[in-house]
Amino acid sequence: MSDRAMSAPDFDLAVIGSGPAGLAAAALAAGRGLSTVLLDEQPEAGGQIYRAITDTPVRDRRVLGPDYWHGAELLGPLRDSGAAHWPGSTVWSVARPREDRPGDRRLQIGLSRDGAARMLSVRHVLMATGALERPFPIPGWTLPGVLGAGAAQILLKTSGLVPSGRVVLAGTGPLLWLLAWQYLRAGAALDAILDTTPRANWRAALPLLPAFLRSPYLGKGAKLLLEVRRKVKVVDGVTELRAEGEGKLAAVVYRRGDGAEQRIAADTLLLHHGVVPNLNLANATGCAQQWDETQRCWRPTTDSWGATSVEGVSLAGDGAGIGGALAAEQAGRIAALDVLHRLGRIDRAARDRAAVPHREALERALRGRQFLDTLYRPADVFRAPADDTIVCRCEEITAGAVREAVRLGCSGPNQAKSFLRCGMGPCQGRLCGPTVTEVIAAERGVSPAEVGYYRLRPPVKPITLAELAALPKTEADIDAVLKH
Amino acid sequence: MFRRLPDIAGDRVSFTIDGRPAEARSGDSVAAALLANGVAACRNTPVSGAARGPYCMMGVCFDCLVTIDGTGNRQGCQVRVAPGMAVETQDGKREAGR
Amino acid sequence: MSSQTPDTRKPDVIVIGSGLHGCSTALHLSMRGVKVLVLEKDHVARHASGVNAGGVRQLGRHVAEVPLTVASMALWHRIGELVDDDCGFESHGQLKVAESEAELAGLEARAAELRALGFGHEEVIGQAELRALVPAIADHCVGALISRGDGAAIPFRTTFAFRRKAIALGARFEEGAGVARVSRSGGVWSVETTAGDRHEAPVLVNCAGAWADRIAAQLGEPVPLEVIAPMLMITARVPPFIKPVVGAAGRTLSFKQFPNGTVLIGGGLLGHAVRDENRTELDFSQVSVNARTVWDLFPVMRGATIVRSWAGIEARMPDQIPVIGPSGTQPGVFHAFGFSAHGFQLGPIVGRITADLITAGATDLPIDAFRIGRFAA
Repeated sequence: MSDRAMSAPDFDLAVIGSGPAGLAAAALAAGRGLSTVLLDEQPEAGGQIYRAITDTPVRDRRVLGPDYWHGAELLGPLRDSGAAHWPGSTVWSVARPREDRPGDRRLQIGLSRDGAARMLSVRHVLMATGALERPFPIPGWTLPGVLGAGAAQILLKTSGLVPSGRVVLAGTGPLLWLLAWQYLRAGAALDAILDTTPRANWRAALPLLPAFLRSPYLGKGAKLLLEVRRKVKVVDGVTELRAEGEGKLAAVVYRRGDGAEQRIAADTLLLHHGVVPNLNLANATGCAQQWDETQRCWRPTTDSWGATSVEGVSLAGDGAGIGGALAAEQAGRIAALDVLHRLGRIDRAARDRAAVPHREALERALRGRQFLDTLYRPADVFRAPADDTIVCRCEEITAGAVREAVRLGCSGPNQAKSFLRCGMGPCQGRLCGPTVTEVIAAERGVSPAEVGYYRLRPPVKPITLAELAALPKTEADIDAVLKH
Repeated sequence: MFRRLPDIAGDRVSFTIDGRPAEARSGDSVAAALLANGVAACRNTPVSGAARGPYCMMGVCFDCLVTIDGTGNRQGCQVRVAPGMAVETQDGKREAGR
Repeated sequence: MSSQTPDTRKPDVIVIGSGLHGCSTALHLSMRGVKVLVLEKDHVARHASGVNAGGVRQLGRHVAEVPLTVASMALWHRIGELVDDDCGFESHGQLKVAESEAELAGLEARAAELRALGFGHEEVIGQAELRALVPAIADHCVGALISRGDGAAIPFRTTFAFRRKAIALGARFEEGAGVARVSRSGGVWSVETTAGDRHEAPVLVNCAGAWADRIAAQLGEPVPLEVIAPMLMITARVPPFIKPVVGAAGRTLSFKQFPNGTVLIGGGLLGHAVRDENRTELDFSQVSVNARTVWDLFPVMRGATIVRSWAGIEARMPDQIPVIGPSGTQPGVFHAFGFSAHGFQLGPIVGRITADLITAGATDLPIDAFRIGRFAA
């Protein structure tokens, strides 16, 4: 063990995730001399927001729009920086330095690439794991033909695919409108948009309007919204929603307030009500996290440089709290400067100085965010759905079963795992965690902060037994377990 | 159902879905290729047998699990389709050995 | 959390720790009309009792534990009568496979040793019966030691069932109540909790698992308890293909399939525990060794998907057997801890033994080997 403890790390810095935060961070860190590896599960850089930015088959640049194409500007600096770029690398574990091995402060990353698992040792990890769509549990959301709006956008970016047949979009939030706008540009028809934005949100958001009026979102957002509303049937104030069909989607059923139930025949339903931090890796690494009441989600706790509670682990971008792509890019640079400082490349003053323009840009990018968070906050009934709704897709556990477990003494998501297997499937709570937190909190009448979140464990992505078995082992590892 | 936009870049790729010939574009994930070929349901769940199809397209929901070239439980949205690839929809629990 | 009516509900016994042993002790005492208060620093079954492999195993135990394990197994086979829940217990046997004739000879010797002591539950089977019981076993395995009455249960559900029944019989549980200080005056034990409460009772039971050494130290009898983190991993569902729980004679392994199809792989390879933070770290070089063992013994599993791994926080004693029995230094104190990663099966009987010691002053099972005084210098 002492040999390994003394040996050099494979890299100074591993950046995990190649969306805007990861691209910007890796380029800055490597450009300033840190040996840096950028790891990402996807085959190409870009993350989800700039997915397929290097090779999208969509030739007409107006379809995806200028905000998307901005992502291409992050690629040159990465190439020039000398950072190693390992796409197609699934990180399934980050192990922090152990306090019983004080001589070895490296972190160990477990990853799979080309069907083989390996461990990588680094001095610092910067997680730029981005966001995922907030689970939108409605009855029937597991039917084939029902997808996330973000998923549909990925199909557009990566494959130039648009829905055909009868198409309904439902939910709330900027991405829903952006997707509708992109579809219109692409010549795809939409049958309806069912807007679930609670009317009361407007009242709550109004005081925050002044900041939004100075935000970069305003002009673009308003134009886009008006264009979509002009061309698509939009139903406002939807308070009930379900998908129906036998083996696949056949109809979308909705209700507005006390009105009568309406039924629309549909082949595709695209759901969206915001995004939440993709925190599984940070959580499994042991980073402390907190409940964000405004965004109604858990996020890892970070300081203003992205440093987490775990030595050697930083976070940047939406994975640390939703701020959007432009904010993520700046947060990536700020976090990278802090890593340079922590690894002894620059002193504190140089770090602070270098961060000034990025902090200013970050502040601009975040202007108006609170207005959007408040306006597009999903209604309670869609965050903690009715009893007959499946919340855990993997184990097919309903909201009613979770509530029943609470009545039997289940006090939080971790006990829900033991009671119900809720959250124990391969998605590891990504599609049920926020919902289970909210359902239990509401049922117990306490805040989500009190009921907590799943304790996640590596591998955060499933790996095969064969891959695990083939991990390089020393003779000592094997000898140590040959017993009596 | 999904359709391809006209004026799209990329080479055609031939593969099979449950033995039937199908066509995709280079750059498609297996899940995208299934949707482009009208296959919305790609597996039955091991819990209740309910049909499922691609939902998140970014590797987090594990609903697009399919058997690819004989290896089961692969995430269709995380694997790029390749010429001659054999994609099979999954029925419930996989056999332990495949 | 503070007790609402402290004066009228003064307990006869305070149990520290609500793992399976604490809950079982509370249940057996409550069955005899003893008023019990269980103090738990986290929540019920938070550590070893909630996350262990669930093996209900007599096979391969230290000879000192054999009378206890046999008595406990009798309770397991009627567990529903005890706690009104079957605890997910299924009995399809446990076996330990031999990968060579030399290993098989070792297993023969073990079975003979137990027979000489008057216990017949461990038998050697040959290759043909091994294949019949475990068709998926690798071809090179030549035989096995089997305990046919063994099986597996669901740990959290089991511990919760003990707790529920204990509560139904009058026991009280306080969660989030760690022990800050223990003191004695006037023949009464006083326990101050981290929640700021004080509880008194004439009798104290230390079932604090990986934290039990801290309680023992306060009582003036320090023990060399080691905090360990045995690791487990679990696969995605696969169709049912194996009923018994399988271990290996020459390697660390516990391998079993749940009725839902998932396969649990463990056996006691260790990660790293940070008990003050309720946290464990996995050691993937060790997990990999475990995976390699399964690769060798169950070729059918090579393509299986591992969806999760974890480690609980447990206590291990230097001689690998627990501490059970009265304090060596203090009146009115009893211990049951240090089960060294194999305490789950013993839970039902140890609670009864402790209840016997408290209510009758004696037990009919031999527990001298487990006395805490064995560590005194």
